[in-house]
Amino acid sequence: MSTTERGTTVRLPKLGESVTEGTIGAWLKKVGEEIEKYEPLVEITTDKVSAEVPAPVSGVVARLIAEEGETLPVGAELCVIDDGSGTEDHVEQPAAAPEAKAETPAATAPSNGHAHNGTAPSTGRDRPTGEAGAMEMLRTRSSPAVRRIAEEHGVDIQQVTGTGTGGRVTKQDILAYIDSRPEVAAEPISTQPQAAQTATPAAPSRMPAQPVVPPPAAPAPIPAQPPAAGRAQVFPGDQIVPVSAVRKQIAENVAYSERVAPHVTLWMEVDMTGVVAARSLAKDRFQQEEGFSLTYLPFVVKAAIQALRQHPRVNAVWDGDQIIQRKAINVGIAVGMDDALIVPVIKDADGRSIAGLARAIRDLTSRARDHQLSVDDLQGGTFTVNNPGTYGTVLSTPIIVQPQSAILSTEAVVKRPVVVDDTIAIRPMMNLSMSIDHRILDGLAAASFLADVKAWLEAVDSSLSLY
Amino acid sequence: MTNHESGGVGVKSRLKIPAGLSEPDLLRMFEWMLLARSVDERMWLLNRSGQAPFMISCQGHEAAQIGAAFALQPGKDVLVPYYRDLGMVLYFGMTPGELICSLLGKTPDPSSQGRQMPGHYAGKRYGILTTSSPVASQVLHAVGVGLAAKLKHEDIVAWTACGEGGTSQGDFHEAMNFAAIHKLPVIFFVENNGYAISVPVSEQMAVVNVSDRAAGYGMAGVTVDGLDPLATYAATKEAVERARAGEGPTLIEAKVHRLTAHSSDDDDRTYRTIEEIQRERSEDPVISFRNLLVENGIMSEETEAEIRKRVKAQVNEATEFAEQAPLPDPSELLDNVYAS
Amino acid sequence: MANKLLIDAIRDTLISEMRADERHIIMGEDVGQRGGVFRVTAGMVDEFGPDRVINTPLAESSIIGVAIGASMHGLLPIAEIQFLDFIHPAMNQIMSEAAKIRYRSAGDFNCPIVIRTPYGGGVHGALYHSQSIEAIFAREPGLKVVAPIMPDDAAGMLRSALEDPDPVLYLEHKKGYRAIRGEVPENGYRVPLGKAKVVKEGSDATIISYGMMLIESLAAAEALEQRDGSSIEVIDLRTLYPLDNETILESACKTGKVLIVHEANKTGGLGGEVAAIIAEEAFPYLDAPIMRVCGPDAPAIAFSRPLEDAFLPTRETIGATLDKLAAY
Repeated sequence: MSTTERGTTVRLPKLGESVTEGTIGAWLKKVGEEIEKYEPLVEITTDKVSAEVPAPVSGVVARLIAEEGETLPVGAELCVIDDGSGTEDHVEQPAAAPEAKAETPAATAPSNGHAHNGTAPSTGRDRPTGEAGAMEMLRTRSSPAVRRIAEEHGVDIQQVTGTGTGGRVTKQDILAYIDSRPEVAAEPISTQPQAAQTATPAAPSRMPAQPVVPPPAAPAPIPAQPPAAGRAQVFPGDQIVPVSAVRKQIAENVAYSERVAPHVTLWMEVDMTGVVAARSLAKDRFQQEEGFSLTYLPFVVKAAIQALRQHPRVNAVWDGDQIIQRKAINVGIAVGMDDALIVPVIKDADGRSIAGLARAIRDLTSRARDHQLSVDDLQGGTFTVNNPGTYGTVLSTPIIVQPQSAILSTEAVVKRPVVVDDTIAIRPMMNLSMSIDHRILDGLAAASFLADVKAWLEAVDSSLSLY
Repeated sequence: MTNHESGGVGVKSRLKIPAGLSEPDLLRMFEWMLLARSVDERMWLLNRSGQAPFMISCQGHEAAQIGAAFALQPGKDVLVPYYRDLGMVLYFGMTPGELICSLLGKTPDPSSQGRQMPGHYAGKRYGILTTSSPVASQVLHAVGVGLAAKLKHEDIVAWTACGEGGTSQGDFHEAMNFAAIHKLPVIFFVENNGYAISVPVSEQMAVVNVSDRAAGYGMAGVTVDGLDPLATYAATKEAVERARAGEGPTLIEAKVHRLTAHSSDDDDRTYRTIEEIQRERSEDPVISFRNLLVENGIMSEETEAEIRKRVKAQVNEATEFAEQAPLPDPSELLDNVYAS
Repeated sequence: MANKLLIDAIRDTLISEMRADERHIIMGEDVGQRGGVFRVTAGMVDEFGPDRVINTPLAESSIIGVAIGASMHGLLPIAEIQFLDFIHPAMNQIMSEAAKIRYRSAGDFNCPIVIRTPYGGGVHGALYHSQSIEAIFAREPGLKVVAPIMPDDAAGMLRSALEDPDPVLYLEHKKGYRAIRGEVPENGYRVPLGKAKVVKEGSDATIISYGMMLIESLAAAEALEQRDGSSIEVIDLRTLYPLDNETILESACKTGKVLIVHEANKTGGLGGEVAAIIAEEAFPYLDAPIMRVCGPDAPAIAFSRPLEDAFLPTRETIGATLDKLAAY
């Protein structure tokens, strides 16, 4: 009902649960007739019931609006009763029929079943598949209890030896680890970067220039740095460089690798005379046929592959209570980019010729620079070859790509005077730098490996086929 | 037989007043019947005007109920009614205002403070047990009341009702059986109006009279004209005396008319002919009883006018009261699941 | 204190309460002269008479319906359903009526009945004398469902149930009747409804169970502890509805590893509800997935010995999963 003129407008009520409209039957009162509240006013038929609408107020029928035979929706105006009310007056609205609310559930979404956004929860990486995948999951995904304790006590779960299923860290394991820790990092990490006040005396030996960035909510383990003594001061003229996600990830990866694997680096000199000559002979034709230039790297990779065959312990990964010597030889090639170093992988590299390796390196490198690498390109490496020598280094201490057991860097080829047969000769010399995970390998194994690489390279002559 | 001086109007039908009733009682009977009818009609109006989503009616049953009620003792006897027993519960103390509150889901509703659908009449202070919607389950409860009354040596009767459809339910038979075995003071009042929603009695049972079933359980059974309040009064009085004498339960079948559709959600034009409906309407028990009282000089024009005015005022007052009454608060949703 | 079988603890409590309050009546099939098919009510009709220990007709709906009516008119009836397997004809009276009387009358009426019934398998009872369908009832607001197994709990909780103003379904494990013995305090000993009990404290893992499976779970816990010194906590739910969330969660948070054991079918069984509560409220403390050892999803326990044995969890099968949980 509403008041739009002198009197009260009567509207078509909802006459039943699913009723949306009604047809006007006979008017039971004429204009000018008196009517009492609750007296029948007009007949209405719906598909469910036929009914008489009662007058909501007493008064005189002032105006009929709906016509006999008309079909109107619920709420439509039927007539006006002059009950002495003005335009300001309101007649007590009938209480809304409770079932009017019940009418609208058709509009609500079906609540059965699962969420509508069909995307499965994904970390953006391939889910590990099969049993090995499940074990990997068990080991790297900690239970809620373990994560909570780790966060409360500032523990890097990866540091804890796991005795649970699949080598996972159990609650008992982490509690035992905490109990056995020295008192130093007893302060729990605040998740605020400004965790200044609780700086411990045993601050890290590095300059506390960078505060510890709170870890991103990713599967990566929480780094267990003791809180630095607040953030660095920023002076006028300083330039703030925000840390990209990639840089963060790299930072975590290298920090982690350094922490878990005791690195030992060995160097060996290689006389590259034969390689230089072989390359020199082949490079023009190679450039013509392949469309890109031949470098020394594929030779080194080939040499490394041969040596890996003889030293399977170098093609292995650390797995807690076991070392897994991989059958496949998947060689990662470090590619330097603007703000990052990424390591795409040549799968089954031992099936490739030098030319094949060269092509693979070229392909991965260009795709890397074009950001065209797939997730699969970055996974599965068993050994990595790095190539800082292109920038002129003669020695380096490369960091192992986890979970591999070693990494090989080729340094610059530099002509140097060396002693050959008790005389001085000028030879193109290249150092090989190899870092090993001392948990898996020792100096002897590494040196033997390097010796084989050296031997292979030094035996290269013009009879070597690139294909 | 008693002759009544009718004050000049010829007597059309001889009225035999049953033992235990007087002429003022008959006037009161009529007023109760009229009140029940008027409250019922007002509820339909509220339903049709969209204020009440559901209404289920007693129209056509008033005579059967009020007649029976007059043989019972409100405040002592216990009622375990069904959804058409508006007349009974009015007589036993529920006020028209409370009934309309129940219709509108308002908190002064003594049955349930707005939780139950209309038609689930109850009130401990009135001796009316709380009931549910599954048909005839309440009949067993009446037997339980009878058992308790007997064990406690109370001189009361448990009165329960259902339609003829309810007598198909297993619970109805289990109830008769139990009551008969232990000779419990229970009255099974079956208001047979010929339809269980749309299912006619011929599809509901193979017997013509529901009361035939009583013999199958070793108890008394009788069929009466439910359109005549004096007939149901007499039958109920006899059943009460039997019960109080420790002689067991009675099944009273009152044949009545259902003058409306089953409920506000039903349209009986889909299964009843217009002729049938009109024929039953012509036997409206409120009108017939009124005519009987007028013809026998028991109710004058003035008395009738007074009665009607009183009833109308009560009904209007009750409507106002219920319309103003509060709705339950959602915060009370988990109240009364358990004791505290 | 007295050392009693479960069945005697129940009977003695019934007798003492019938003596203390004449409003109590017992009604059910064969409860009179026969003393009940398990003889729980043996001798009681002699003491209290057939008016108070009533042999009912073979009609479950009326056993409960009449009890409900009587409870709304001043009596405190104790209705017996001969086997839980036969309770279905009374479902309407229990669910539509008893459980809802207080709520639907906004507290004007209440229904203070106790429904006693034997349940559970392991007695060669086959499909219709071994069922464990308590989960159907243990979700009905307005109803309480209890299943004590230790005699002292049985006595104390029966007393509380008889005093409860709301309807209580009191489950008696039929195998436990004459298999479980325990010390029972005398004289008005009460155990509150709605409280679980830590029957054995521990710190490495928790087993939550009830009924005869509690006994098996205790055995499995002890076996593991003997082998490797683990410390296993065991909880007897005792009340199945409403559940004692507090005790459940306290233990889950303490140990971080939970195993739920029941002989009822796995799907839709109480184990799911307990697991959901723990997952919802104790998630940060969980050190392993919540595990369940339950009866398989077969329609019921079969008759032939190998099939019955294969259905019911045992201390060995419980132990196998407990080992996995402890080692996780």
